[in-house]
Amino acid sequence: MEFEVEVRITPRPGLLDPQGNAVANALRSLDFPGVGDVRVGRLVRLSLAADSADAAREETDRMCRKLLANPVIEDFDIRVRAAAPAGES
Amino acid sequence: MRVAVVTFPGSNCDYDCYRAAREVLDADTYYVWHRQHDLLKPDLVILPGGFSYGDYLRAGAIARFSPIMREVMEFAAAGGLILGICNGFQVLCEAGLLPGALVRNASLQFRGEDVFMRVENATTIFTTAYAPGQVLRVPIAHGEGNFVADVDTLAALDDTGQVVFRYVDAAGDATPEANPNGSMLNIAGIVNGGGNVLGLMPHPERAVDALLGSTDGRGVFESIKSAIAGIAR
Repeated sequence: MEFEVEVRITPRPGLLDPQGNAVANALRSLDFPGVGDVRVGRLVRLSLAADSADAAREETDRMCRKLLANPVIEDFDIRVRAAAPAGES
Repeated sequence: MRVAVVTFPGSNCDYDCYRAAREVLDADTYYVWHRQHDLLKPDLVILPGGFSYGDYLRAGAIARFSPIMREVMEFAAAGGLILGICNGFQVLCEAGLLPGALVRNASLQFRGEDVFMRVENATTIFTTAYAPGQVLRVPIAHGEGNFVADVDTLAALDDTGQVVFRYVDAAGDATPEANPNGSMLNIAGIVNGGGNVLGLMPHPERAVDALLGSTDGRGVFESIKSAIAGIAR
């Protein structure tokens, strides 16, 4: 089966995120005074052939631990859904 | 003495390292391309600075899986000497040969300038040519040199003398102002538990000749030279 997988990678809580801080300051200066904490992460979208959604998730988890995320500084979150059959959108 | 300089696509300090190894170490120095599978029996492996694989994903994250890295890991495990400078330090952290990680500079700016760093441990293989506490002037050139690690790792590094270099001001004080990238505890360079793998963000290979503005980096290479001569005897 074909799956569409999304991996959200974010700086670990408590770790200084200079990009997030810069974006937060910029937003406040653009007159969005309610902006609090901002964290900037990364989104990886991939298509994956696997036997089941669980297998796809498990394989993506290994990808994250090996390459996509650095567990010293980042957390990750995986979403898996079946790919739309060809011809549909 | 034999020195292997590993080059990845995007390495740009490889010739500086090559030249420092040849001139200061007087070593038989050669490049090893990242796709090769043989380090050709070196006494020292240098992972040079640069932007391997365009720093895609994270600095050093993809280089860490280059074919040659398997041999580098085995060389390290066997006690071989490895010097990782700038991007090389990032690769060593990504590979797990050194603890912690290097993230975006706190200023968000790429910093290319001379800094001062203090020799925190003059007993490592890489620092015996220096006096304890000696202050060195060396260049940096990086956007992601902000060293981070969890609290326990940080304490362990500090307690066991694995923090080899710290950013300081000209007077030798580790102030926040002297820290060019936000590194925890002003850490500029660390050594692994075995003492055979050193990673640092500043560039000692760019400070080996008066013509370059400083000779303070020579000590790293001179220390390595003495260590290898000692092993050979």
